[in-house]
Amino acid sequence: MGSTNSTLSKIPNAGDLMQETGFSPAHIVRLYDRYKALDKDKKGHLCPQDFGAIKELAMNPIKQVCQEVLDFPSFVRILAHFRPVDKNRPKDPNSPEHINSRSNKLKFIFQLYDQDKDGKISRQELLQVLRTMLEKQVTEEQLESIADRTIQEADLDRDDAISFDEFRKSMEKVNIEHKMSIRFLR
Amino acid sequence: MAPYSQLSFLLTVLLIFGALCVTSKVQIQSSSERQSASSNTGSTGESTSNSSASITTVPIVTWKWHHVETPYLVALWILVCWLCKLMAQLNSKLKSFFPESALLIISGFILGGIVWGADKAQTFKLVPRNFFYFLLPQIILDTGYFMPNKLFFSNLGAILVHAVIGTCWNAAAVGISLWGCYLGGAMGNLQIGLLQFLLFGSLLAAVDPVAVIAVFEEVHVNEVLFIWVFGESLLNDGVTVVLYNVFDAFVSLGGEKINAGEIIKGIVSFFVVAFGGSLIGVVFAILISLLTKYTGKVQIIEAGFIFVLGYLSYLTAEMLSLSAILSVTFCGVCCQKYVNANMDEKSVTAVRYAMKVFANGSETMIFVFLGVTAIDTDIWVWNTGFILLTLLFVLVYRFMGVFFLTWILNRYRLVPIELIDQIVMSFGGLRGAVAYGLAASLDETRIKEKNLMITTTLIVVYFTVILQGLTMKPLVKWLKVKRVSPTELKLIEKVNNRAFEHILAAMEDISGRIGDNWWTRGWKRFEDTYITWFLMKPEARKNRDYLFSIFHKLNLEDAINYVTEAEKRGSLAFLNQTDGTIVNFEKKLRFSGVMPDIMSELDFGNNNVQPTSDTVPSVSLNIHEHEMKRMNEDFNAHHLLQQHLYRSRKNHRHKYSRSNFSINQSEDEVQEIFQRTMRSRLESFKSAKMGVTPAKKITKHPKKDPNHKMSNGKTTDKSKKHPYGDEDFEFSEADSAYSGDGPRRFKLTLSVAGVENPAFIVAPSQGAQRYLPWSPRNLHRLAPLRISDRSTDSFLMADAPATEESSEESPQQPSQRDGTHM
Repeated sequence: MGSTNSTLSKIPNAGDLMQETGFSPAHIVRLYDRYKALDKDKKGHLCPQDFGAIKELAMNPIKQVCQEVLDFPSFVRILAHFRPVDKNRPKDPNSPEHINSRSNKLKFIFQLYDQDKDGKISRQELLQVLRTMLEKQVTEEQLESIADRTIQEADLDRDDAISFDEFRKSMEKVNIEHKMSIRFLR
Repeated sequence: MAPYSQLSFLLTVLLIFGALCVTSKVQIQSSSERQSASSNTGSTGESTSNSSASITTVPIVTWKWHHVETPYLVALWILVCWLCKLMAQLNSKLKSFFPESALLIISGFILGGIVWGADKAQTFKLVPRNFFYFLLPQIILDTGYFMPNKLFFSNLGAILVHAVIGTCWNAAAVGISLWGCYLGGAMGNLQIGLLQFLLFGSLLAAVDPVAVIAVFEEVHVNEVLFIWVFGESLLNDGVTVVLYNVFDAFVSLGGEKINAGEIIKGIVSFFVVAFGGSLIGVVFAILISLLTKYTGKVQIIEAGFIFVLGYLSYLTAEMLSLSAILSVTFCGVCCQKYVNANMDEKSVTAVRYAMKVFANGSETMIFVFLGVTAIDTDIWVWNTGFILLTLLFVLVYRFMGVFFLTWILNRYRLVPIELIDQIVMSFGGLRGAVAYGLAASLDETRIKEKNLMITTTLIVVYFTVILQGLTMKPLVKWLKVKRVSPTELKLIEKVNNRAFEHILAAMEDISGRIGDNWWTRGWKRFEDTYITWFLMKPEARKNRDYLFSIFHKLNLEDAINYVTEAEKRGSLAFLNQTDGTIVNFEKKLRFSGVMPDIMSELDFGNNNVQPTSDTVPSVSLNIHEHEMKRMNEDFNAHHLLQQHLYRSRKNHRHKYSRSNFSINQSEDEVQEIFQRTMRSRLESFKSAKMGVTPAKKITKHPKKDPNHKMSNGKTTDKSKKHPYGDEDFEFSEADSAYSGDGPRRFKLTLSVAGVENPAFIVAPSQGAQRYLPWSPRNLHRLAPLRISDRSTDSFLMADAPATEESSEESPQQPSQRDGTHM
């Protein structure tokens, strides 16, 4: 469509973005519109307050989706993680893994949990995540016992923290491709 | 339940039924007696009071059957129908297998059989007039009132395509095919022409809202599919009415008089009927909303206005020969938001509950009567070819229509509708009582084969409701091949599953899944400024003004400082003020009634599990104490998770249900999450800001949200200033500033799934206060507990400055205990 192309040209590095993330031009344009709509002060980037403006997010216990400032490519990259896995796209063994591959999706989630970015989910971080997802009535001891059990189940090398590999192994049975995909981002 | 209790119920019903028949017999007898009495002059009957003969003695008790006959029968029938529903619900084994509507029809068969056995004639039938005027309107009103608006309007295009084009296709295809087969001799000798076939096709074409809901309730489908079928079933009435009337007129005119002019008139009439009906509905919605604006003084009966005006909208459209169903639908759809905002909370609950009672009751009666009506030898005309061919064509053309239209629609959709969904959608094209009503109202002088048509319609209805209803669930299960593994998930998997759902919901919101485009934004703006001004009560509007989204934009430090200053001035001053408005304020700011979309009617079997004792047994003389402890912990942990994990939006998603009505189930949860989010944002904001001491003063802001950058902690909004004396936040000179303070009007709307929330208060509960880990050194003299209360309560902005402080303080004391359900 003509409008798509003209808007596409306004977006910097659109071609690279499409290549990297696998989004179609229509999607990139749509995401760009959304990005601009979210960026109410026209700063050119998104800061946490802009995410706060999204009313539906207040209903969501997962709050710290993004703490830092986002420009459009990062915005698109984050969303690209949630693209449904494209079974038909030929896998070029030399190219880096698709951004929406299973392990990349898992890595994204892992990074959400692992706030201090040390490559491990410590007990404290897990506690925090659990805290946000559980109702208020759950007491601290209950919370801690849940966290302990959870770590015990996943922690194979007994270092009282969950590394990415342990995380991935514990998620083997879960259908990540399905659970972490937003259909309309196909 | 024990079989004996079921049996006793059955017996009761049958007894009542028998009584019914006997009384009707008595009625027939006595009426014949009456006739004979009047014909034989002078003879008196028994001590029946119906005779015109003179009485010879003072009667102590008389049998006044004919006085109460009609209301008695009506009431008795209603009772019997509802008892049937009760019985249908009692047997859980049967219930899981049969859809309830099928069971009701079967009960209708039984009852009809009894009546027929007693009377040798079907005295109780589903009369079209009663059906259309007394049984149908409340169902449609209920549908419209609880319609998930955002979902509905965002899918309106697809719904209209299916409703209009799909129904026309169905009507034309069935009619023409039947005619073709008739010409081919498959049906033997009938007195039917092409026009009559088309008429028949048009009355069979419409998917029935009553039947669809009844079946889809038991099958959990995704929301897009649901709203498509549901919306289609409602909107196709516009088409059905037009087609029926047009072809009826054509049949009366006769085949010869039909020319292009008439056909054009037919097409025009479609637009008139459809839009006219909708317009009437909208007009009545406006009336209702306006009315509820002023009915604050008659809260007891303000709920009744909805029903009366809704019914009037139906009748008005019917009077003008427009589409009555469309009228009532749009009446409900448009008024729900304003009515919920204007009315008192109790009235809102009353309306909802009453709607459900009426709708459910009517639906029950409709299905039972559909069964009863069948047992009537008068109407049964069997023509194998006609009936079987009709069935076949109805099914086949439904599938074809749906697939074709969906294929077209998929090309314009970002998310294509899958094959499975299309199959379910085609299969869900149930016909119901509306088709029967239309068939029964055919004019038999013009349409000689009326009885055949009625028979066929009944058979189609039974087939779709019973058989397709029966097989719908197994079909869905069979189609969705992917099944969850039966092994118990580990804790970490459970946690992560839920986390995924939340993250997914967050991502969907960020990427603007539903309706974030120019159109919806423009409409929202228009609606916010003009329509709500017109239709909402001033207080309701003011409460809506507390825009949640401004939370992060507003000058939090001003609020904090205001509060700390007020704190400094001593809290007693505020405690003394008890203001009636504050109580009202509190009441209006409830979460529940105005977010119908959030109300989850899904019944989570998991969540009903009562956790066993949560505490690890502290004393155990068991040798294997350690292992037991672990087991208990494990068990408890799983239970805890199951019990207390927040449900994600996917599970919250609105499910329209006629039979379930639950308030507050997930709303507390949602509110909790919301409060937490607000608090954490507040904390993060505070932590970002404390320590910055620009000298500013708080000034009065009328109703505008200051739009200032806050990224570096400095506010660039020059009109707002703080009285930050020094870094200790002393407000010694601030007193004067505060007294001049005006109300800070923050537009605070919570728009979740498109429904604007009148107001929202963040009232921290006792538990939430724990989560304030940060307490600034500078404010050490203020207890953390009180900071957390006040600071967020600063958003309890009342109108007048005088009540502003009091509203902050006093509702917070009593509301602390019930902070979760403000």
